[in-house]
This record gives sequence, structure tokens and C-alpha cells, in this order.
Amino acid sequence: MAQIGARREPEPGDLTPAVGAATDISPLGRTQPKPAHEQTADEDTDVAAWDQVAAMAEFRALIAAKIRFILPATIFFIIYYFALPVLVGYAPDLMKTRILGPVNLAYLFALSEFFMAWILAYIYLRRASRFDEMAKTIIGKLNLKRGGK
Amino acid sequence: MSVPLIMFIVFIAITLGITYWAARQTQGSTAFFAANRQITGWQNGVAVAGDYMSAASFLGIAGIIAFSGYDGFMYSVGWLVAYLTVLLIVAEPLRNAGKYTMADVLAYRLSARPVRSMAALSTLTVSTFYMIAQMVGAGGLVALLLKDSGISYEYAVIGVGVLMIVYVVFGGMLATTWVQIIKAILLMSGTIFLSLLVLGHWGFDLGKFFDAITTVPVVDAKTKITTATNFLQPGLLYKPPYGPLDLISLGLALVFGTAGLPHILVRFYTVPDAKTARTSVVWAMALIGAFYIMTTFLGFGAATIVTPAVIAVNGGSNMSAPLLAKALGGDVFFAFISAIAFATILAVVAGLTISASTSFAHDFWTNVIHGGKERSKDEEVRVARYAALGVGAVAILLALALRTANVAFLVGLAFAVAASANLPVILFSLFWKRFNTTGAVAGIATGLAASLILILLSPSLMGIDTAATAANARHLIQATAIFPLNNPGIVSIPLGFLGAFLGTILSKEPSAEAKFTELSVRANTGLGAEV
Repeated sequence: MAQIGARREPEPGDLTPAVGAATDISPLGRTQPKPAHEQTADEDTDVAAWDQVAAMAEFRALIAAKIRFILPATIFFIIYYFALPVLVGYAPDLMKTRILGPVNLAYLFALSEFFMAWILAYIYLRRASRFDEMAKTIIGKLNLKRGGK
Repeated sequence: MSVPLIMFIVFIAITLGITYWAARQTQGSTAFFAANRQITGWQNGVAVAGDYMSAASFLGIAGIIAFSGYDGFMYSVGWLVAYLTVLLIVAEPLRNAGKYTMADVLAYRLSARPVRSMAALSTLTVSTFYMIAQMVGAGGLVALLLKDSGISYEYAVIGVGVLMIVYVVFGGMLATTWVQIIKAILLMSGTIFLSLLVLGHWGFDLGKFFDAITTVPVVDAKTKITTATNFLQPGLLYKPPYGPLDLISLGLALVFGTAGLPHILVRFYTVPDAKTARTSVVWAMALIGAFYIMTTFLGFGAATIVTPAVIAVNGGSNMSAPLLAKALGGDVFFAFISAIAFATILAVVAGLTISASTSFAHDFWTNVIHGGKERSKDEEVRVARYAALGVGAVAILLALALRTANVAFLVGLAFAVAASANLPVILFSLFWKRFNTTGAVAGIATGLAASLILILLSPSLMGIDTAATAANARHLIQATAIFPLNNPGIVSIPLGFLGAFLGTILSKEPSAEAKFTELSVRANTGLGAEV
């Protein structure tokens, strides 16, 4: 049966489009080499000496910087989030306290979770551009080394 | 034919027409991978939101809030906060390492055959649970639309299910990025409009609206006495003694399940780099958050304007949002909202079935049963079709048995399975050097078994009904529930981690450890990732 919207040309031997909609999860019946995402560490091209990169001071600084931000941020949001079901479940009378007219603490707390998530995401977005810079520096240095050979 | 039904068919045709057109426009002749690398951050963000806002969010949460008030809103909160896990921990390493599915991540440094087959089984299970929920939603919608024609829920579910399977098995809709984008935009605009109608009903006075929420008329099942109930109060659904624990269990499943959902993970492969992956998560969070805040209007609106008693006799909790649309916007808007919900279900089911059946055929059948080689030409294709049929059939049967269950609750179970079986092994393989194949297999197996068994023993499937209980509301197993919680997350997620941990430390695999450095450098810098 004709496939809706199939204008792309499949690889020869790839029967995926015949069986259903486009998906590149393990294309069916493929005779071509594996796509890059399916390759294992042994199969893909080693573009750098991994151990050397891992030993670079810049790389270790990048990992440390990421952990310094992501770990506390994760712990914070998990505590803030689970405070809600814990308080709602085990301190219902406190959470039923009316704050704004009929609106109670439980609802306001739930609403604050949305803003917590948005603000944390925004902070991370800003912070992460620094991680991007650090990664770029590392990749830049590698090219420099390779060019010198 | 009733007016809403004709309108519904027209809207469905238009929606499918647009998606068909968009899919043709965006499918270049270049290979699938490269074509999708042009997706920008906001586009991918909208697509992620589209994938995520399934029938569960739209029909399910609105229904749970309409019947249980505040407690239903907890789904909305959990499903947004879940994206922090995706944003902070999973999305970027996955994109940097150039991995598409969970199986790809695991196979990268572990032994490919066992981990791929386990990942395929887990993907299949999570997808089936997700499908059940979508089928229940779709069946309810169609039954409501065809109410005058006397077609029962059973026939509606079977009809919808068969239609969906045929759709996927022979051809099918492309669950591509653009399909999801269009769907997300339609769903958002429908929700915004419906929210405005709700506010308009209360004269755009939030005070009046919230006052009404505190006095929702609830009819007692036994005494038939109507009492005004405060729907802003927690505890209407999650009652002691086990309610509070169940709520935490649900929270765990939601917050840790999202990062293990197969169809969400693949979204981060379609963008050019980790930075875009990150931006797209933030875009998705903005949209999803806005949508979930509006579930306040949908759910509480249905509770105050339509009232639970009326919803209960007109299709049940899953139909709260469509019934609200009918009450406020008339037949045309009702048809429009139903069509959006139905298109949403179709897109989600198509995507899920395809990914589950192909990964089963390729990763499990060919790799495990046949040692990596196809026996005959087209065998994988045949197996994939049978797998799609199998998933569809199981989903239909369970959807028939669970017809009165709330859709959001059912999807919550899919999240619990994903959080128990998938998240532990994804995290360990990205961040724990010592992690190995035995650990991955043990982790997925324990997580899957624990969550499935506990769901089977839970009060949602086990219970003794009185003779007065309607046949369609009866429990599947007529015995006292062995496990007291409806959501297994609080037990099964730790068990998944424990299985992965024990499997790892009880075995040694130096080759997996040796390759950790490569994965770590790739995941943190994006070095060597395709652009």
C-alpha cells in the first residue's frame, strides 16, 4: 500500500517505508552499514584520543563545573517538588489554609512548582552557555594539536 | 447523522489533510536523519510538547480534576517538573553522544545483543501501556459522538483500535516532527479558547470562579444527597491511609518516567546539537507548563459548569473536556475539541506502535532469536507487522477491561514502568563507569517485572465488588488487593535501581569500563557527534 507522504528515497534494502511510517529506529531489513547512532564504541570512528582528552585540565574543569551546578540544582528541584505531595499528604490541615480568598496554600504551592521549573530552566539555560564555551575550547585545542602534527 | 458527528469527520479530514501536506513538504529526498537535523530549537520544543500532550493530558487530567479536584492537578505539576530531569540530566548527553534510542545508549559500551533485546521488550511494554490509555480515550470519544446511534463503548474501542492498527500496519500517518507541531498548535489554541470560555462564563472574575470551585455539587453514591464540596482541597482522591504514599509514588513515576519514555528520547536526535536540544526542552517546558496551568480551567470548569454528576452519566471522567466544550461552545466547538483529541490520539498511537514494533522486530527478533541475521527476505518486516498487531490487540483487550479507568491514571502507569525499567539503566550507563551488561539486563528485568507485578496486584485491578456494581466498573480480579498503592513507582523504581546495581557489582566487564572514557568525553563535549 502506498505510504502517505513518502517522498524520501529509502536505502536499497531498507524496507522500513513499506512497513509503516518513517522511523529510523533500527531500519528493517537493512543491508547497508549501521547508521551512526547504532554504532558501538568499537565500531565508530575515534576522532580523538579519548584518554588524552579525558586527562586534559580543561575537560576536568568542565566536568567539575557541570557537577557543581547540576547536582545542587537536581537536589533542589527534587526536594522542592516532593515537598508538595509530602505536605499535601501528611499536613493536609496546613495546606488547606486559605491565603487569597478561597485559594488555599495547597493550590498556591502547586502553582509555584510551575514557576520553580521555569525559573530553574532559565537559570540553567544561561549557565549552560558557559559549559558550551568550555567544550568549544577543548575541541579547539584538539584541532590545534592535530594541525601541528 | 448528528451535527457534531459530521463536524467531527470534517475536522478530522482537515487535520489529516494538513498533516499529510506538511509531511510531504518537509520530507526531502535526503535521508531521514539529515533532513531532521534542520529542526530548530523552538520547532523541536513544540514537537516535544505535541508528543507529550497526549489524550492523557487533555482528556485525562481534565477528567481527574473534574471528579477529584485538587488531587488531579498533581498530575499537571508532576508532568511539568519531570522536564527538569530531562533538561538537567538526560537530553544533552544523549544528543552529544549521538544516540537515538535507549537501546543505542546501552549498546554503545555494553554487549549489544542482550541489552538491545531487553530494551526492545521494555519499549514494547511502555508503549502498550501508553496505547491502552489512548484507546480508552478514543473509544470514549467515539462512543460519545455516536451516542444517538446506539453504538456501545465496546464496538467503539474495537473499531478505533482496528482502524489504528490498519493505519500503522499498512502505510500510516507520519508521526514526524511537523505532525506533532501542528497537533500541538491546534491543541494549545483549543485549550486557550476553552479556558477563555470558562472564564467568560464566570464574567472573567477569577474570584467568582474560585468561589464556585469551593462549592462543587457532589452527589453521594449511596444516599443520593447532594453536598457542596470544596474542590480546591487536597485529599478527595488520595485518602488515608495509603493515599499520601500513593501520591508520592505517582510523583516519583511522573518525574522520573519522562526521561525514560522512548518517544520523548528520540526527539533529541532530530536537532543539530546539544545546545539546540537544551533550548528545545526549555521551549517545550514553556508550552507544556502553560498548557498544564490551563488544566485548572478545563478541569475545574467542567466540575463547576457541567458538574461531576452530569459527566458521569455522559461518558465518564475522560469526557469532561469535550462535554465542557459542548456546554460552552455548542456542537461545533464540541466537534472541534473532539477532533483535536482524536487526532492527538492517532498521532501518538501511530508513533508508539511503529517504534515499538520495529524495535521488537529488529532488536529482539532478529538479534536474539536469529543471532543477528534475517532468515528470509522481508522476515523483519513481517515480524514488525505481527508485533504491531499484537500490541494493538493487547491494548484493545485491556482498554475494554479498563473502560472506566481515567486516562491520565493509565498513562501514569506507563510512566511508572518507564521510570523503573528504563531510567536506572540510562543514568548508570551515562554516569557510572563500572556499569555493565549484566547490570543493564538485571536492571531492566527487575524494573519491568516489579512494576508489572505490582500493577497487577494493585487496587485498580484487584478488588471485591458488591453485587450492585455495574458490570463495566467491576475489577478485573475479584480478590482483595495485595499491594495497597495504585501506582507502583515508590517500590518498583528503587527495585529497578537495585537490580541494575547488584547485577553490576556481581559481575565484571572490563571492556565496558574501558569504553566509559570515550562515552564520557563524547557526552560532555559533543566531540565526534554528527552535525
